[in-house]
Amino acid sequence: MWLWFHKLSSPPYAYRTVGLMRPWLFWPAILLMIVGAFGGLVLAPEDYQQKDAFRIIYVHVPSASLSLMVYVVMAVAAAVGVIWRIKLAHAVAAACAPIGAWFTVATLVTGSIYGKPMWGTWWEWDPRLTSELILLFLYLGYMALRASFDDTQRADRASAILAIVGVVNVPIVKYSVVWWNSLHQGPSISKLAAPSIEGSMLWPLLTMMLAFILYFGAVLCDRLRGEILRRERNASWLSESIASS
Amino acid sequence: MQSSVPTTPGLGNILMLVMARDLRLAVRHWDQVLQPLMFFVIVTTLFPLAISPALDELRRIAPGVLWVAAMLASLLALESLFRPDVEDGTMEQWVLSGQPLSLLLLAKTATHWLLTGLPLVLMAPIVGTALGMPQSVWPVLAATLALGTGSLSILGAIGAALTVSVRRGSVLLALLVLPLEMPVLIFGARAVDLAMHGEPVAGPLNLLVALLLFFVSLGPFAMAAAMRISVES
Amino acid sequence: MLAQVAATSPQPQLEARAVHLWRGEKHLLRGVSFALYSGELLQVVGPNGVGKTSLLRCVAGLLPTESGEILWQGQQLPDGRDEFHRELAYLAHVNGLKSDLTALENLRFGVAVRRAVATEELREILQLLHVEACADLPVRALSAGQKRRVALARIMLTRASLWILDEPITNLDKAGIALFEARIAEHMRAGGMILTAAHQLLLQGQPGVRTLELR
Repeated sequence: MWLWFHKLSSPPYAYRTVGLMRPWLFWPAILLMIVGAFGGLVLAPEDYQQKDAFRIIYVHVPSASLSLMVYVVMAVAAAVGVIWRIKLAHAVAAACAPIGAWFTVATLVTGSIYGKPMWGTWWEWDPRLTSELILLFLYLGYMALRASFDDTQRADRASAILAIVGVVNVPIVKYSVVWWNSLHQGPSISKLAAPSIEGSMLWPLLTMMLAFILYFGAVLCDRLRGEILRRERNASWLSESIASS
Repeated sequence: MQSSVPTTPGLGNILMLVMARDLRLAVRHWDQVLQPLMFFVIVTTLFPLAISPALDELRRIAPGVLWVAAMLASLLALESLFRPDVEDGTMEQWVLSGQPLSLLLLAKTATHWLLTGLPLVLMAPIVGTALGMPQSVWPVLAATLALGTGSLSILGAIGAALTVSVRRGSVLLALLVLPLEMPVLIFGARAVDLAMHGEPVAGPLNLLVALLLFFVSLGPFAMAAAMRISVES
Repeated sequence: MLAQVAATSPQPQLEARAVHLWRGEKHLLRGVSFALYSGELLQVVGPNGVGKTSLLRCVAGLLPTESGEILWQGQQLPDGRDEFHRELAYLAHVNGLKSDLTALENLRFGVAVRRAVATEELREILQLLHVEACADLPVRALSAGQKRRVALARIMLTRASLWILDEPITNLDKAGIALFEARIAEHMRAGGMILTAAHQLLLQGQPGVRTLELR
């Protein structure tokens, strides 16, 4: 197991392996998305209160979960890179950041679309949307810090510290935002709380969640290969494999 | 071998040494201490001009205005925390001193707070009164700002250590640090607001204490790690 | 005298083995190796930009290497880094002095982090380097040469056994260079080691003085 892990940290091996993994993640993701979307948009019955508007949770909730999950993956990868000095881990962290940021944007946009028929406004400072916005700032800050260093290795290590500090602060931020919001409307649930979920509404949600996770994996494979290419562009193995192909 | 066993100074001595040095430097450069304070006052003045001169309206937003102004002033003050030492080479001497860098940086941040955060705490009641805040709120205001600016200094120092070697990195510093500081803002501003309505403030005040203790215990390690990366070249 | 010193310490105190370093795209240090024994002076020479400063910074522990090892008294460097640093005095291109503090204050704060030191000792060293008149002047009022001498005073005061000096004689006049050479010869006689990078060779032809050329 450790031997495979060690082999994986060699860029050419990782490049090939990740390229092979990608279709196994991408196609099941697409399939599950189709199934989940069908289940959520067609099969699931109308909600009693929210009618058809609730259906956006099939994109909104997985996006929100993934935006947080990707940040944790990014921070863990960065920590692995710093503690065990594995460059590939840093490449994974770098690849995760834009993906996570896009999931955050998707959450905010779908949240806004969800909110319009409910609140009448395009934006409300509810706990989930506010904490997603702060999470977006954390992602953007991470990417900005990376971009400000010319040397990739220094960028890796500096942004790793930021990612670790960020991931430690995320629970604090979430708690404080919920606390802040609850003071204004009493101890109530988020305005974007999904309606009471019953079976036929639940399985498409879980399917979409799994689909999003697999999709994240597939996009990560693509971005990781791009990162490896960028970092190794002067390495001999790359020019050799281009010459031979 | 030339080196004898040197009498390595204890940790307490080192803290005193760092404080003594930075205080002495600050005395010779009063402007660096006064400027963030003036910024704080000027920014709070912007709000009556932008919103309304009516004290009733200003009173409602006073806690928020004071806290946001304090956050921005503390951000500006961070420029003078590490940059001078990194530029003249004294920071890399600290990295090479064989003493725990996290402790040296914590001592430096604490001294910096005394010079930039504490003046804000003392000035805030005066500015708050100008925004219609009643005197009864002053103790809570001072307490929350004292605790809060402490946390802001530590988070700011982590950001400053990360960006000190980046050219023109002050805006980047703000982008990195402000999201992390939002919980402090939430609890601090809320505590003052509760005090103004005569409600108990123990909840947010305890949260501010907890945050400060948390950041003081873990922050210095992040600062030291970030600083080692920044002084590489 | 030096032969005696070499006999008592056959192991190199400081060793570098196959050190590689990249600076961005450039492969700067390609497998640099050297060994430094007690009482020796090793001068790193080479054209501008070849990596002399980077090598010194890697050895000091400021710059992480891509691969290769740096050993102090047989121990590989990331372990035992603090003990190594207590035995190390590093002089960079910049002097490491606060321009708003006097020379004496700079020395006091600079050295007291590492060991307790009395004011008399500080004045003595300044006298040795012929800058005792600068003791109570703020450093920004000193000339470049005087600042360099104060920086050297700090190196001497740390009582470290390994001195890593990057272009130590910049801004020094002939008298300053002579003083400096006398001090490093004294350090070598006492069993200390010096690693420098400079364009001008010091103590040429003396025993225990070697060069390492980087290409």
